[in-house]
Amino acid sequence: MSARANILGKLRDSLAGTTPRPDEFDEHLVTKPWRYAPEDRIARLRSLMEAVHTEVHQCRSDSWPELVAALLSERNLTNLLCAPDKEHGRALQAHFEATEQKVELLAYDQPVEAWKDELFWKVEASLTGTLGGIAATGTLVLWPDGHEPRLMSLVPPVHIALLKASEIHDNLYDMMVAQDWAAGLPTNVLLVSGPSKTADIEQVLAYGAHGPRELIVLVLEDA
Amino acid sequence: MSQLFYDAAPNATRVSPERGPERHYPEKPEAVTLFGTCVVDLFLPEAGLDAIRLLEREGVRVHFPQEQSCCGQPAWTSGYRDEAKAVARAQLDILDRSGLPVVVPSGSCAGMFRHHYRVLFADEPDMLKRVEALAERTFELTEFLLKVCRVQLADRGAPSRIALHTSCSARREMNTHLHARELLQQLEGVERVDHDHESECCGFGGTFSVRMPEVSGAMVKDKTRSLMDSGAVEMVTADGGCLMNINGSLEKQKESFRGRHLASFLWERINGASAGEVA
Amino acid sequence: MSQRIPVTELTPDFRGRAEEALADGQLRNNFRVAMDSLMTKRANAFPDADEREGLRELGNRIKAGALSRLPDLLEQLEQKLTENGVKVHWAETVEEANNLVHGIIEARKGSQVVKGKSMVSEEMEMNDYLAERGIECLESDMGEYIVQLDNEKPSHIIMPAIHKNARQVSKLFHDKLGEPETEDVNQLIRIGRRTLRRKFMEADVGVSGVNFAVAETGTLLLVENEGNGRMSTTAPPVHIAVTGIEKVVPNLRDVVPLVSLLTRSALGQPITTYVNLISGPRKPDELDGPEEVHLVLLDNGRTGAFADAQMRQTLNCIRCGACMNHCPVYTRVGGHTYGEVYPGPIGKIITPHMAGLDKVPDHPSASSLCGACGDVCPVKIPIPELLQRLRQENVKDPEQPQQVKGGGAKYSRTERWIWRGWQMLNTRPALYRSFLWAATRFRVLAPKKAGPWTENHSAPVPARRSLHDLAARHLDQNGGRPS
Repeated sequence: MSARANILGKLRDSLAGTTPRPDEFDEHLVTKPWRYAPEDRIARLRSLMEAVHTEVHQCRSDSWPELVAALLSERNLTNLLCAPDKEHGRALQAHFEATEQKVELLAYDQPVEAWKDELFWKVEASLTGTLGGIAATGTLVLWPDGHEPRLMSLVPPVHIALLKASEIHDNLYDMMVAQDWAAGLPTNVLLVSGPSKTADIEQVLAYGAHGPRELIVLVLEDA
Repeated sequence: MSQLFYDAAPNATRVSPERGPERHYPEKPEAVTLFGTCVVDLFLPEAGLDAIRLLEREGVRVHFPQEQSCCGQPAWTSGYRDEAKAVARAQLDILDRSGLPVVVPSGSCAGMFRHHYRVLFADEPDMLKRVEALAERTFELTEFLLKVCRVQLADRGAPSRIALHTSCSARREMNTHLHARELLQQLEGVERVDHDHESECCGFGGTFSVRMPEVSGAMVKDKTRSLMDSGAVEMVTADGGCLMNINGSLEKQKESFRGRHLASFLWERINGASAGEVA
Repeated sequence: MSQRIPVTELTPDFRGRAEEALADGQLRNNFRVAMDSLMTKRANAFPDADEREGLRELGNRIKAGALSRLPDLLEQLEQKLTENGVKVHWAETVEEANNLVHGIIEARKGSQVVKGKSMVSEEMEMNDYLAERGIECLESDMGEYIVQLDNEKPSHIIMPAIHKNARQVSKLFHDKLGEPETEDVNQLIRIGRRTLRRKFMEADVGVSGVNFAVAETGTLLLVENEGNGRMSTTAPPVHIAVTGIEKVVPNLRDVVPLVSLLTRSALGQPITTYVNLISGPRKPDELDGPEEVHLVLLDNGRTGAFADAQMRQTLNCIRCGACMNHCPVYTRVGGHTYGEVYPGPIGKIITPHMAGLDKVPDHPSASSLCGACGDVCPVKIPIPELLQRLRQENVKDPEQPQQVKGGGAKYSRTERWIWRGWQMLNTRPALYRSFLWAATRFRVLAPKKAGPWTENHSAPVPARRSLHDLAARHLDQNGGRPS
């Protein structure tokens, strides 16, 4: 008998004569304490994010590319990984060309195996969009895809994320239901709530353990 | 103890008990049975007597069945279920003879009656009715004085500062720490101070103190240190086991600080003996 | 200097190890400070008692519901994962699990494995198994990495290096990696980051645990703060997830309360830095992610716990560590005293099923039953009740059929007779009263040394008169009728 058959058999024997419990899920418990007035959502999200060292800027759809340029310049960063096929990628590219930015825009357009060394050691920052945000926990939701792959928001030491104000949900449950996640999930769903950190040594907080040392969130208030 | 089964099958998956409603307290009865507890019986009888006096002062007649002995907890926590059950059954018979409300000057023993007897007798459905009835009418002393008798204590002692220690079972099973605080607050001259890690176990745990003396010893040392550092002149507690543990350790450490049973402390305060000075 | 305890040198018994740990002032201080901090963080994360208790109850109901149909859920999980392209494997023992993992690595001719945090892999002693077969298996969680570098076992399930301070880590990095000494924690972390980055890049296989496996969608959910979990499950071409069979939940929505309970109970965080939901290997139009994803489902005694309805509740555990953070015993003796993979209160109730109660016969008594653990468990496992149960199992006659693996290890005829004697004393009122009379009248003969009690206390002396006596006299005087 296979391990599978043995395990399932033992479990079934143990449950002989019992009936399964019904699924009990009082959704109020995960929503009611975590609902906000629309005008408070950004503030809530921002305060939670800043509490864990995320840098948050509130800006507008026409002003964010300039802000990105300034952020990169402040940090003396010379390249930025950005998806040219996304709307925000095109907008950024256009702005950088128009303003003759020295920053080199890189694209994640080949399988990681082809350029691992460069990705891991040369790329200084990345910029991605988001699927939305969660006010209750100060969280960004990312659904990586072929244009903005999984490692894009993980490997470079600085990650800049664009978040549309209208896409900030109160809590994770509401978002899951509104977007019917249960109907089908992509290969990877990421909830990102700050820069990478650890308190493994004497419980002293240190940032940039393995993921990005810095997370910068640009909240587009008019989007 | 979980009794909430979706189906009655004995091997059905269990859930935790539903959060119960707040305990509903009855009107003050005419008479109660005092269950002394074996520790108080042999080592702290004055505290038991003071408990009787406090109850009588509230106009409650106290019965003390001479056949009573031990609630059964020592065997139960040591894993000797049958032996614990035999002793529990004997107490149940004694207490059911009069059927009076039961007042217990110890949180852990009260907890035994209120919560653990139904686990002990889980395999005897005929006993459960009686066990539930006992649980329903068992009160820890502090709880009974505060919530059933609704005592109003007038302090006639000299100003003093004390620390309160509450046994883990009393705290967790009966909120005794809250009841005791309220009672102490009624005493004008008594200042209660918090002590460091107040809710941490003193290390008694019944047989734990003799089975794991190294760890238990470390725990009681920390507790006594914390009590002494609190600025209190003495400690009061509503649990005899903890009291034995803490005082025994203090004596061994040759410290002068001591603890007293809450019943004795209250009785003394309301009768005007000077309880010691503020440090 | 805190005692470094290499894995092979643990003193064989709990009390002996406890005594060593208690004597180590540095270790005690590290733990006291750390546990106090974690308790405060948890309390701050649950400011509203109603919200907290409601959520704990929900967590308990979700887990109970899942366990009540565990075999069906596991089959559904397997089906969904398989549809998603994940290969599912089953293992009854840690040997089988290690074999499976090794097989997967061998098929890729792999020699370097990078590992995210996984308690199940500790059960398997996977690192050693692979090392013996020439495969380097490197821990990537900072705390685990430090502990591995020093050839130790983790002392806490969430904070594995909590027994070490910065100076010790600095010396370790200096000795093992040739790095300059520094007590700056940021610098130390940077060293770890640099060293491990190359490993993430070069590893053939990434191994991880699983916090929750969702049957409805065929999804593996992992939480973390560092990013090494994402690295290990994304960068290498193969990802192997190992987990216990009890980690499956029915629906995606179930992770919402469970993750909240986990992160707030463990570290007082509203959420961890990363929550990572994996539902398959790299798709054709994707540019990164592993080509192969495997899940190994491990039994290792869980079906044994499952068989007993009361003990089945141990499988509610979501591995948050709150129980050990609040345990006065754990605080004082740290993690190595327990000797097995899982320390603290949860360790005491699950280790008997994995290793056998006879291997850890002191575990059930290493508790004062204070109840702090049961109070804080996010999924309301009645830990003190289960410890009581194990105490019963421990003293059973080993000749009788056992309900827990290794039961009866502390069976003692002598002790049984002592308790029989106690029973007789307490069920015969005349005998009991005679005992009281003798104890009080002959109190001067009370021994000065009363076994282990007098190690920590002065010898207890009975009062002059028992309460039975005092009550009889008082109630007689006051007209009350003693019954």
